[in-house]
Amino acid sequence: MDLKEKLVSSFLAFENTIDVDHPVHDIRSEAIKTFEDKGFPGRKEEAWKYTSLKQLQKTNFSIFPKEAEALEYRDVKKYFLHEIDTYKIVFIDGIYSSYLSETTHDGVDICLLSAALTKPMYKPVVDVYFNKSAAKDDSLTSLNTAFSKEGAYIYIPKHKAPIKPVEILHFSSGSESAIMLQPRNLIIVEENAELQVIERHQSLTENEVLTNSVTEIFAGANAIIDYYKVQNDMPGASLIDNTYIDQKGKSHVSVHTFAFGGKLTRNNLNFYQNGEYVDSTLKGVTILDEKQHVDHHTLVHHRQPNSESHQDYKGIFNDRATGVFNGKIIVDEIAQKTNAFQQNNNVLISDRATVNSKPQLEIFADDVKCSHGCTIGQLDREALFYLQTRGIPEKEAAALLMYAFANNVLESVRIPELKKRINKLIAGKLEVRLGFDL
Amino acid sequence: MAYTEEELKKELETKEYEYGFYTDIESDTFPKGLDENIVRAISKKKEEPEWMTEWRLESFRIWKKMEEPEWANINYKKPEFQDISYYSAPNKKPKYESLDEVDPELLDTFKRLGIPIEEQKKLAGVAVDIVMDSVSVATTFKKTLAERGIIFCSMAEAIREHPELVKKYIGSVVPQKDNFYAALNSAVFSDGSFCYIPKGVRCPMELSTYFRINQAGTGQFERTLVIADEGSYVSYLEGCTAPSRDENQLHAAVVELIALDDAEIKYSTVQNWFPGNKEGKGGVFNFVTKRGICEKNAKISWTQVETGSAITWKYPSCILKGDNSIGEFYSIAVTNNYQQADTGTKMIHLGKNTRSTIISKGISAGRSQNSYRGLVQVHSRASNARNFSQCDSLLMGNQCGAHTFPYIEVKNKTAQIEHEATTSKIGEDQIFYCNQRGIDTEKAIALIVNGFSKEVLNKLPMEFAVEAQKLLEISLEGSVG
Repeated sequence: MDLKEKLVSSFLAFENTIDVDHPVHDIRSEAIKTFEDKGFPGRKEEAWKYTSLKQLQKTNFSIFPKEAEALEYRDVKKYFLHEIDTYKIVFIDGIYSSYLSETTHDGVDICLLSAALTKPMYKPVVDVYFNKSAAKDDSLTSLNTAFSKEGAYIYIPKHKAPIKPVEILHFSSGSESAIMLQPRNLIIVEENAELQVIERHQSLTENEVLTNSVTEIFAGANAIIDYYKVQNDMPGASLIDNTYIDQKGKSHVSVHTFAFGGKLTRNNLNFYQNGEYVDSTLKGVTILDEKQHVDHHTLVHHRQPNSESHQDYKGIFNDRATGVFNGKIIVDEIAQKTNAFQQNNNVLISDRATVNSKPQLEIFADDVKCSHGCTIGQLDREALFYLQTRGIPEKEAAALLMYAFANNVLESVRIPELKKRINKLIAGKLEVRLGFDL
Repeated sequence: MAYTEEELKKELETKEYEYGFYTDIESDTFPKGLDENIVRAISKKKEEPEWMTEWRLESFRIWKKMEEPEWANINYKKPEFQDISYYSAPNKKPKYESLDEVDPELLDTFKRLGIPIEEQKKLAGVAVDIVMDSVSVATTFKKTLAERGIIFCSMAEAIREHPELVKKYIGSVVPQKDNFYAALNSAVFSDGSFCYIPKGVRCPMELSTYFRINQAGTGQFERTLVIADEGSYVSYLEGCTAPSRDENQLHAAVVELIALDDAEIKYSTVQNWFPGNKEGKGGVFNFVTKRGICEKNAKISWTQVETGSAITWKYPSCILKGDNSIGEFYSIAVTNNYQQADTGTKMIHLGKNTRSTIISKGISAGRSQNSYRGLVQVHSRASNARNFSQCDSLLMGNQCGAHTFPYIEVKNKTAQIEHEATTSKIGEDQIFYCNQRGIDTEKAIALIVNGFSKEVLNKLPMEFAVEAQKLLEISLEGSVG
């Protein structure tokens, strides 16, 4: 039985575990129909031209994990940003771990989607926001919607800001030989409120994991959201991350994606600007080796005038790694005075690495400034030589140049400890030790 | 201004009367529809040898199995392929007796483009004197070409006279099964041009279909084959700036360029077919497959100015097969009213040290949609490949759209690829500055557009460039203010 059939047929079993009279159930039933019609996207579809899910569909993933074994904090401490205090929402094999988590209801809600979906007190909010910005016609998003049950729920009311950043961690313990996870996050930040989120998916063994995650983020007027995605997973782990961001007037949302590993990673990052004077920032650093594959698929839809968007994606590819960048900017007819910028720079350091880049502009308004740039090249020989003449070994010199190359993206990380951590990850990825932090 | 259906009907009726299409012409037209018999009949009509007939039939069988592509960013009503007559002999009889009968609007455009009166007659389909200047010019040219061993003739003639060359190269760059329209063209192509430049010969003049006076009216399925043998050079011009009103709605041409070692081909196109009226009715569908292959140290350069056709769908491409070969693409695409253009290029880097340059300028006005779609592909063996792409769009008015779909696929670490694209409009300050210097707004826009397109216009042969510049002005007239 292939994965699609398995998923469709297990939807019935899934229904036994949830409340079928709940209004969300209609959304789920609708969504499974969409998935049944469309199935997994194939490479003939333009959006999936460079990323094949064929291999994954052959794997026999377990869809309903059994109760996971508890993890000791000291074993997984290194995956947390333990240098600072944070709120934590932790899942092990898709199941909430209260032992490792730290949630709150003090002025803001930082808790679980399962609670939000079932408890009456959250109903007014869930009715307004749940599945409202996620694409209804996308098959993988629909698949997630159909099985949506658990994930993070964050609600920041007007004029509030949580006292510390929120970490969302998804561990897979390896108790099953292959597991499929479908976390669903709902994040609402109202007018003048603020939020910082760090999200990480981490497999603890070499066993296969397929995560099909959907995150919906709603930014109210003047809201500020910083979202950091850290992707440094094991070679057996694949991630399809679908993020939908709805922005109201004057809100600032930035998403930083650090893609350093995993077997296959696909980031579908969608920004919808539904207000004026909105600022959207999409940044990413990708450093890959071996046979890793990362596909960044971004969309910024400018629907209102006077807004800005900034995209900056850097990629370094070694061994037989494949990098894909597909960035799309749409400027509607009404969205005059839009400034939209997109930049994608890549360095290939191996003969067998591949980069496919497709920066795309679709512009219907005339009074706009839009540009995109894309480069693919290699390290500057002269710069390398210069550093070597100053006594820096070639490997370190190359790493230094790559650091500098990626640094633009790191500059805007606003949590210093996280920045340090990312720097360490980059150094580790480049296999060098530098005696300083950048 | 909204047309009522009545008025439109009337207009269409009068139009037909006005130009007298299909009337009063001794026609030699096949019945509508397409099957193997029609393909055979076309081949027979052209007195083609057996292998050519077989080749056409094979293409037809391939075509039958193919589906019409839908991926382009254009909207149109698909042509009904069984409702087209696939063969119509060029009519020798002139449409008009004198210039007075020709549409005054057309004449006005001719005048503004600076086309000599005799040529105007020719272009509008007016009967011309046998001793017209350009005819004698053409004859002299043909003599000069023959002296150097250059073959420049119609495709039909080439199939008869030089079968070994045609057999060797036809379909070698654009195979029959390449795409839907290429397969269709391979099956039913009416005629076209054939050009062969022998080893080491530098063609002394710009070859142009313009001068092939007696071979006009090659029909809607044109097939062009240009072969530049080792170390030769040729510059080929296609189309002309004059607006051409064509009765065929669907045009599916195939152009194949072959540049052998050290050869250079420069292929320039100016296309100004009927774009439909201001309400977007009518107009030509231009679905063209153009591709060239470069052997060692060879160079192919495509330059195009696209202002006509209701729908343009073409991607002149270069396969950089040989080491050190060079591909270039310079394009200006202007769309106005309801025109749609999806155009760009493909640069396939296979050989070492190959270089390519892409400069594309899109100008959209009215309610038109203008897309750039390009592919730069560097294969794993293509060390030191270099590409520079630049695609700029200029939007005039807020009802048009500009789209960019660049694909960049690199499998070699020594490749250096740069791509940049911008979209902007003509700045109010720029226009204000011109106004202040006594240049009216319409002129100012022409000036700015010409500046915007300069990099491409510069690549056109001199006399063409001047006309193209004027053409840009005329195409964009009335789109601002």
